[in-house]
This record gives sequence, C-alpha cells and structure tokens, in this order.
Amino acid sequence: MVSDITIGQYFPGRSLIHRMDPRVKIVLTVAYIVFLFIASNFAGLLCMVALMAVVLFSSGVPFPQYFKSLKAIIAIVIFTGVLNLFYGTGTVLWRWKFMQITDGGVYNAIFISVRIVSLILFSCVLTFTTSPTDLTDALERIMKPLRVLHVHVHEIAMMMTIALRFVPTLLEETDKIMSAQKARGADLESGGMMQRIRALIPILIPLFVSSFRRAYDLAMAMECRCYHGGEGRTKMKQLHLSRLDVWASAGMALFCAAALLCTLFLPASLH
Amino acid sequence: MFVLETKELTYIYGAGTPFEKTAVDHVSIGVERGEFLGVIGHTGSGKSTLIQMLNGLLKPASGTVLLNGGDIWAEPKKIRSVRFQVGMVFQYPEHQLFEETVLKDICFGPRNMGLADTEAEQRARRAARFVGLDDELLGKSPFEISGGEKRRAAIAGVIAMDPDVLVLDEPTAGLDPNGRDTLLQQISDYHKKRGSTVILVSHSMEDIARFADRVLVLNEGKAVMLDRTDRVFARGRELSKMGLRVPQITEILLMLREKGYPVHPVLTVEQAVEQLRPLLRKGGVRRGQ
Amino acid sequence: MDYITADHVTFAYGPGEGEEPYEVLHDVSLGIRKGEFVALVGHNGSGKSTLAKHFNAMLLPSGGKVYVDGLDTMDEDLKLEIRRRVGLVLQNPDNQLVASIVEEDVAFGPENLGVDPPEIRRRVDDALRAVEMYDYRLNAPYKLSGGQKQRVAIAGIIAMQPDCIVLDEPTAMLDPRGRQEVLDTVHRLNREKGITIVLITHYMDEAAGADRVVVMDDGKILTEGSPREVFSQVRLLKDHQLDVPQATELVWRLRGEGFDLPECALDAAECVAALEPLFKS
Repeated sequence: MVSDITIGQYFPGRSLIHRMDPRVKIVLTVAYIVFLFIASNFAGLLCMVALMAVVLFSSGVPFPQYFKSLKAIIAIVIFTGVLNLFYGTGTVLWRWKFMQITDGGVYNAIFISVRIVSLILFSCVLTFTTSPTDLTDALERIMKPLRVLHVHVHEIAMMMTIALRFVPTLLEETDKIMSAQKARGADLESGGMMQRIRALIPILIPLFVSSFRRAYDLAMAMECRCYHGGEGRTKMKQLHLSRLDVWASAGMALFCAAALLCTLFLPASLH
Repeated sequence: MFVLETKELTYIYGAGTPFEKTAVDHVSIGVERGEFLGVIGHTGSGKSTLIQMLNGLLKPASGTVLLNGGDIWAEPKKIRSVRFQVGMVFQYPEHQLFEETVLKDICFGPRNMGLADTEAEQRARRAARFVGLDDELLGKSPFEISGGEKRRAAIAGVIAMDPDVLVLDEPTAGLDPNGRDTLLQQISDYHKKRGSTVILVSHSMEDIARFADRVLVLNEGKAVMLDRTDRVFARGRELSKMGLRVPQITEILLMLREKGYPVHPVLTVEQAVEQLRPLLRKGGVRRGQ
Repeated sequence: MDYITADHVTFAYGPGEGEEPYEVLHDVSLGIRKGEFVALVGHNGSGKSTLAKHFNAMLLPSGGKVYVDGLDTMDEDLKLEIRRRVGLVLQNPDNQLVASIVEEDVAFGPENLGVDPPEIRRRVDDALRAVEMYDYRLNAPYKLSGGQKQRVAIAGIIAMQPDCIVLDEPTAMLDPRGRQEVLDTVHRLNREKGITIVLITHYMDEAAGADRVVVMDDGKILTEGSPREVFSQVRLLKDHQLDVPQATELVWRLRGEGFDLPECALDAAECVAALEPLFKS
C-alpha cells in the first residue's frame, strides 16, 4: 500500500551514477538546483534540461519509475503552472473579465513547470542511485566541519540512519494496529474531519508506545555492541573520490557554464 | 448450516506485479457451530490471510465467505457489523491497548457496536472476569500493568463484543509454559461456557491436540486436511512432509506403531499412559539399551 | 578458572525502573566454563534474564560480584572490553538491528570498537557466513523473517569476536522454523568455534541440547546439572511451574506406576527405545 511511493526509494545498480561518490552526488545536485534557477532564458534552460536528460539516461533506472515520481507531484506542477499563466507582462493573448494571459505569463508558466520537473527528476536520480545509508553517510562527512560550531553531526547522522531503518517497520506496524482496531469495530473511513482525526487515536497511541519501547530495546542492543558515541568510531564503508567523480563534475561544470553563458549573452526573448 | 463457510476463497497479494503471490488458493471449508477448530500450517501457508478474510478485514479476490448462510460482502457498507460477530484477536494483542484505563479499553469494542455506556461496561467487566483480570486492575492505565495482564486485557476487549465466533491468532506467542497453559484453559472455559465457536491458529501442536475438536491444515495456500484432531495427527508422516510436526507424544506412539507394536496414536500423555499400561510388563531386569 | 563467575550476586530494581518485571536475585553463585553450552531456564519472573544481563555488565549487582575472564564488571573502565568479550542477543529480532542494510548492521559492532576498515570487511563476511546469511548481506532487515533477523543479530555479535554469547530468550518470538535456525546456528558456533554459549529459555526442549542446565526460580538457583539429571526431577520442575518434554513425562509417569524404565528420556527416540523392551509377548 504505502510502498507505492517511489520518491526517495533506492534502486540498486551498477550504472555510472551509482558508482559515483555520494558526497559528490549531493554537492552536484545542490549545484544543479542553483544553476537551474540561474538559467533564465530558453537556451540556458535547455542546457540544464539536456544535462538532466543525460544524467537520467546514465542512471540505469527504468523510466517508468521516474514517471511514477512525477505522477505524485503532477498536481502541484499544473497548479503552479496555471497560476503563473495569469501573472506576467507583455502582449496580451487572451482576456476574460479581469483575467488575462500574456505571453510573459506563458513564458513564466513554462519556465516554472520545467524547473520543478527538472528539480524533482534530478533529485530522484540522487535518491534512486544512492542507498539511504550512503546518503546519510555522505551527509555526515560533508557536515563534519560543523562540529566546530558544536553541531552534533555524528548523533544527527545516527538518528537519520535509525529512522530510515525503521520507516518500513513502522509502516508495517501501523498496518497491523489498524487491522487490530478495525477488528474491534473501529471506523476509520466515515465521518467528517474531526471524527476521522479522533478515529486515529487508537492507532497513534499504540504506535507511540511501541516506538518508545523500540527505542529502549535498541539503545540497550547498541550498548551491548559497545556503542559509545562518535569518538573512536571507524567505518567499514570507505569513500574514495575516483576519476569518475572528476569527469562527472567536469561534465556538469561544462553544462552549467554553458547555461550561464547562454543566460548572460543570449537575448531573453521567446525563441 | 455452518456458522462460517468459505467457497473457493482466494486471495492474491500484489496482483499484476512481479511479486504476485496467491496466499489463499480456492479454500472451501465449513466451520461447525460451537466447535473448537485448530488451524495449523507452515509460515506462509496462508493462515493469517485466511482468517482476515473471515471477518472482512481483507476482501477476497474471488470466492465467498458465508456467515450463518449469508455472504458477508453482500452489503459492503455493512462489513463492520461482521466484525462484531466474528471477533479476532491478533498476535501480540497487547500492542493495541490505548485507552486511559483498562476498563475503557475493553469497552472500545462494545462502544463501537453502538451499545450504551452502562451495557458496554457490564460486558467489559464480564469479559475481564473470563480472562482472570482482577477488578482492581480495571481502573489502572493499561500501560501500568504487567505483560501477561496486558495480553489478557486485550483479549477481553474482543470477548466483550460477545462474538459468535472467536478467532485467535497465536494467542500464546511469547508466553512462558505456565502463562500459555493458563490462557488456553481460560479460552477453553470461555468456549464451553459461552458455547461460541473458537478458531485457534497456532504453531504449538501440543496446544491444538489438547483443545481442538477438529483441525484444518493449510499448505501453500490450500486446505489439505480438515478432520477430527486425532485423525489429523495420526497422519504424522504426511504432516512432516509439509514441514509440520505432531505433538511429541503422538510422535512416540507413531514410532512404536511403525515398529509393529499394537498401539494407535494419541493426543495427550494421559491417553498414552492409559493405552500403554496394559501392554507393558512390570518387573524383571531391564534388557537392551 | 571459570570464564564467567557470579559470586553471591544479589540484585534489586530500584523504584520506578523501566517496564521490566520486578525481578530480584538472591545470593546467586554460578560459574560458566569456557566452551560450555549452558541453558538457563525458569518461568517469567524467575530472575534468569536479570542474571544474564549481569554477564556483560548491562546490569551491575547490588551485592556480590560478577567476573568475566577475571575482569570485575563493576569497573567502569573495563565495561567496553567486557562487552566485547561477552555478547548479548535479545528477544526481539527487530529491535536489535540498527542499519538499513544487513552487512552494515553487522559492521556496527566492529565500527564501535574502532577496528580497521579492511579488517571490519573481513569480519563481517566471516560472521555472515558463520550464520549462513552471507547471501543476504545487501538485503534490508525488514524483508527478513524473524529467524533470519536473529541470525543477523548473532552475526553482529560474532563480528566483535567474543569469547561468549549470551542469548536472552532468542526464540520466544519466532515460529518453529526460525527457532530451529537459531538453535542450529548457536550449537554450530559452540561446536565449531568453541564459543561459550549461555542460552536463556523457557523451552525445555531447547535446554535438552545443552551441556548443563541451570534452573532458576524466585531469584535463586533451584537445581543444576546435565539435562538428564535435571529433567529426571519431574516433580520438582512441575511444582515450580516448569514444563518437561512429553517424552520425559511419559517415562516418569510409567515409572511411577512401577514399570522398569530409565530415570529420564530426553526425546521421542529415547522414549521409544526405553519402552520397546517392556512390551509383552
């Protein structure tokens, strides 16, 4: 049921993107998003979309999975696009009472839609090709310098790891609790907003209680395995920057540079 | 007429995906009114899926479930009422407790049935007594009482709905031998007193042997045996091929029978003693081993 | 010298302690020899779990002492070393696994010990092979069965290269197949790698496979000895709400009626062998 959500899911594989260092992937994703919004004419945007297409193809994850993620946000994209349609300046193309669609509005709508879709798809490449563990690992290493500012980087990463580990388990447990309460006649479907929220109490309270118990058990198990915080810990998984990472970064830099140049030197018109 | 009957009942997980699995495969069984039916099968044989179709928690892919002769899905909007007649206790039922007091939690089921507070409370108290919960525990928070008491409170919560059929999925999971015996004895007492039908899913063959009138054996989603308990366990060799074992005492007598001794398989140690007493010699030097 | 020594241990939970049942230990003295397979049995509340948690310094005695390989568990500085030598596997398979991938979870212990990464890799692979879960090393824990999860938990302990593993009712939440998997694994580790095993259980058929059985009740040791010695005391066990296998009970009952049978039959095969010579004609 809930396992149909593919945003954030991981698809193991051996593609070029899979084999890249997760830290590099995170940094490049952030960079992509930045340049995506810097590119402000069609040519520039085209560069970024082309980059996204290249990355998508190289990821080795079948297209239907990407489409599934888009399905989830299609409503937002359409809504935002339509909204932007009515906000803009320039030649008026259509008018009805107080609403008008200008060519500027069309321009904005297309831009914002393409940007959102590209952003989602590029982020999906990140989560599809990087295991949650690698992601939290990479984030922990990237954030290490923050320790100087007394940010508990290791503890935060540990919390993220454990949370990720237990999400599917908690989903399963929610299902079980729901079945048990339904078997006692709980009605989770009918009624107005307030009634439905109240009907969730027999689900949420047992879930909370069991989560506390899990935390207690887990803490004990971790201590049994000599956990004592981040000091002195090593990691089995070693991250090494490889030539693949260098080439990928260079390739991306090229596309982004092209986008920037297009934006700066090409006219911001509609062709 | 059977109190519960299934006709070609089928359930398929993940239909249309590469993970498609037929968990329950055209199962047709009839549960006699007032009987104590045991359900056994290896893990993944479809036991949990089957029982969840009996009270409408899961909708079959095909086939029907008849409660007192009527198709439970005839009026899908009224499916909740089926759950008041077919009560179900899941594994580790203590995980469903949530109310402020034990009494209130036991009342949850009756209140969902639309009963008035006084009636609900009456039923709750009666149910609590059935499972051996002291009155003084009823005012406590369900999170304050012991593990064994929690479990009994959860079971009381289902008994309080006074269902015609009580389905229990491994009610003794995780309990020590003493706790197991006490709980099963209470369920058996409830069964006799109330005259309701009880369906017990369990991995413990000894428990099934002690209490069940008939046994349903599931294998790979299919119903392969449905017969009197002693007749089912007498087919020990077939059961072991399905990854199931028989009670140790039955195993002993089966082994003796296979060696040619004039014995027949039994279900309890008492029965074995009764049967063996006239067949064995007393006194003399012990020969062999 | 014993590997683990409990010397006149007394323990009481302070007021308001967690959710655990109020278990108390009264003057318990017990020795576990290196390489032994000891079963610690008793009903819930007998103190067996509480005693087990003293063996890796998860709990400290209120009175008396516990020594692990000569190390005093009360010594704060030795705590990590003691926990490396004596691993503890708990009852709930789910609530012991920390990571989203099996091999990463097994690596958790060695990582905490600051072991070198290549060495961790070696230990993880060896540990997974030892519990026959190597093929699942890249799987997610939530997709595994209960028995498989427990074996991964055991692998996580083995990766720390302990001398002894204490298992607190490891099969209580498992189905028969899972129980068998875990027991086979633990026996194999004891036989092939010489790891000392302390198995806490209330299943008497699990205790039947041990070298030595220690029976606890009411925070004290009731009796101990080989499985045969302990199981033959059927009356004592029954009086203390403990089960014996049906085979043992049958032989005991018939003996009680005057039939000439051995003191104890541990399983079906022994029972049959004991009964055969007595058949008439």
